[in-house]
Amino acid sequence: MSAILVITEYKNGEIRKPSLEVLGEARRAANGSGAKVVALVIGSGIDGSGLGAYGADVVLTADHDALASYNPDFYKTVAVQAVKSQNADVELMAATDMGKDLASRIAAKLDAGLASDCLSLEIGDALTAKRPMYAGKAIATVAVKSAIKIATLRPNMFAVEGPDESKSAAVEALELPELTSKQTVKEVRSSSDAKMDLTEADVIVTGGRGMKDPANFVMLEELADLLGGVSGATRAAVDAGWCPQSDQVGQTGKTVSPNLYFMIGASGSIQHWAGMSNAKCIVAVNKDTAAPIMEKADYSIVGDLFEVVPAMIEEIKKIRG
Amino acid sequence: MKVVVCVREVPDTETYIKIDASQKNIVDANVTFVMNPYDEYAVEEALKLQESAGAETVAVCPGSARADDVLRSAVAMGVQSVIRVNVAEPIWDGLTTAKLLAGTLKEMDFDLLILGKEAIDDGTQQLGPMLGELLDLPCISLVTKLDVADGSVTAERESGEGVEVIEASTPCIITAQKGLNEPRYPSLRGKMAAKKAIIEVKEASVGNVQLEVTGMEYPPARGKATVVGEGVEAVPELVRLLREEAKAI
Ligand SMILES: Cc1cc2nc3c(=O)[nH]c(=O)nc-3n(C[C@H](O)[C@H](O)[C@H](O)COP(=O)(O)OP(=O)(O)OC[C@H]3O[C@@H](n4cnc5c(N)ncnc54)[C@H](O)[C@@H]3O)c2cc1C
Ligand SMILES: Nc1ncnc2c1ncn2[C@@H]1O[C@H](COP(=O)(O)O)[C@@H](O)[C@H]1O
Repeated sequence: MSAILVITEYKNGEIRKPSLEVLGEARRAANGSGAKVVALVIGSGIDGSGLGAYGADVVLTADHDALASYNPDFYKTVAVQAVKSQNADVELMAATDMGKDLASRIAAKLDAGLASDCLSLEIGDALTAKRPMYAGKAIATVAVKSAIKIATLRPNMFAVEGPDESKSAAVEALELPELTSKQTVKEVRSSSDAKMDLTEADVIVTGGRGMKDPANFVMLEELADLLGGVSGATRAAVDAGWCPQSDQVGQTGKTVSPNLYFMIGASGSIQHWAGMSNAKCIVAVNKDTAAPIMEKADYSIVGDLFEVVPAMIEEIKKIRG
Repeated sequence: MKVVVCVREVPDTETYIKIDASQKNIVDANVTFVMNPYDEYAVEEALKLQESAGAETVAVCPGSARADDVLRSAVAMGVQSVIRVNVAEPIWDGLTTAKLLAGTLKEMDFDLLILGKEAIDDGTQQLGPMLGELLDLPCISLVTKLDVADGSVTAERESGEGVEVIEASTPCIITAQKGLNEPRYPSLRGKMAAKKAIIEVKEASVGNVQLEVTGMEYPPARGKATVVGEGVEAVPELVRLLREEAKAI
């Protein structure tokens, strides 16, 4: 291994937490191997110099107006150029929507094996990773043996290193190749006040069919806010029109791995479980002791959510003073 | 206009997964294989174009003879013709699958290639973007709305970043996700057609695999499930456990 290239992802000028996690893992893998960790920062007017404190030896910037938001063709061209200029033999990204899309394109361009959505990683002659299959019902070990190895890492599974302010990185500008694209972005509808992406959240409070009415989700948002998290939804709640599709967790929604996951008025169907079985701690509130989630949740309360949730909010406020 | 969809057979979501003795694979016996749920959105979108614009529709799936069932499901929904690229063993290396399919797809002269966003067995979301590179075509992933005009498409792409409206010229590739449409159920006539469907089988050689599954295990067991109590009286104890035992708040 000579260099690990970490392609970072920014949102509203801030690095996203999953990218810091990947940087931390790259640092741990590089330690003792003599490999350098290069953080690639793609964007317009982004200052990536702070990434040294999170494990980067070198920060490589690709700065251009056209790179302000994700265009797969531009970003791929830049990333391939970076891999080549740094002689990187390992390329890591967070398994976000952008990460999965971009990594697939780079893999095809460089004829490199890609291990996607990894839960743990070891880099030696081969890149060996554990990754979920069959919606988390099995964990596969995969080995990538190509000359250049690529992996995307599942958010919330790897620890951030630092910040260690005593460490700094050399900042270099990447010589930009010509940027051409086969597609044009006509419009981007993501407001800066948009809520945190569920895949990044530490705490998620999910409501299901038992919530009865969209107005009742305010209560879940309050609980989520108190704990620094966000609200989520089952497919039943999304299909009823109570919550946007972007809130859906599960087989046909998002896959999340938060520290704490609340299931409020949700039964815990196998398809929902597929998206959240990796949560570290699961709490259920359900009036039905026979709901499947009651056998699986770490902690559960049997009762009416309309009484229990307000009491939970009060209790947490109380202990928080 | 010619629209091609890629479909994949996956274990039904309700299926109990058992790992086999080699510890690299699952036991296939007793597993019901179905069309990957995201591919149903892809098929539905192709059928809409068949109906609204007279598009010719073709479904492609690499696999063993077992995959014929999934191709028949595509015919049952309304797809006109189906092709199976014959491969004996499942391939877990996405790039190998992409190269294998690229060979067949290159000769098909399509205007639009639609895939699912993700296959729910290995869940990688890679095939569409990889094919975009290998075929040198635009690929728009995670599409929730599609308009096809003469020689171009306008698609809404919904990702963790928000919604983007993207334009590209055809031929092009899109990957479909929930929200794009409501997949139809097969009609009786469709089911009859499926029984009689002729499946074209193409031979292809599997290239050099860069990623291998070297082991498979069950996920670590979760801790014991604790029913803390009933109703609001249980709340203080729950909060205490979350703080002191789980250290989660
Ligand atoms: C191909 C496919 C893909 C799917 N993908 C997804 C997916 O991505 N995500 C997903 O979530 N689902 C998905 N589903 C749907 C899934 O099968 C379930 O139908 C769905 O998850 C159920 O949602 P729910 O738990 O909110 O509703 P229900 O199963 O109806 O559960 C509601 C629960 O609320 C409890 N309850 C009601 N009132 C109260 C109250 N006042 N107080 C306390 N508890 C109460 C009830 O006891 C019940 O357990 C998919 C299905 C298929 C076939
Ligand atoms: N072996 C396969 N045969 C046919 N289509 C496939 C295959 N693998 C993936 N696909 C298609 O590509 C999409 C994304 O799959 P994946 O990249 O494997 O997550 C699926 O929804 C299918 O439409």
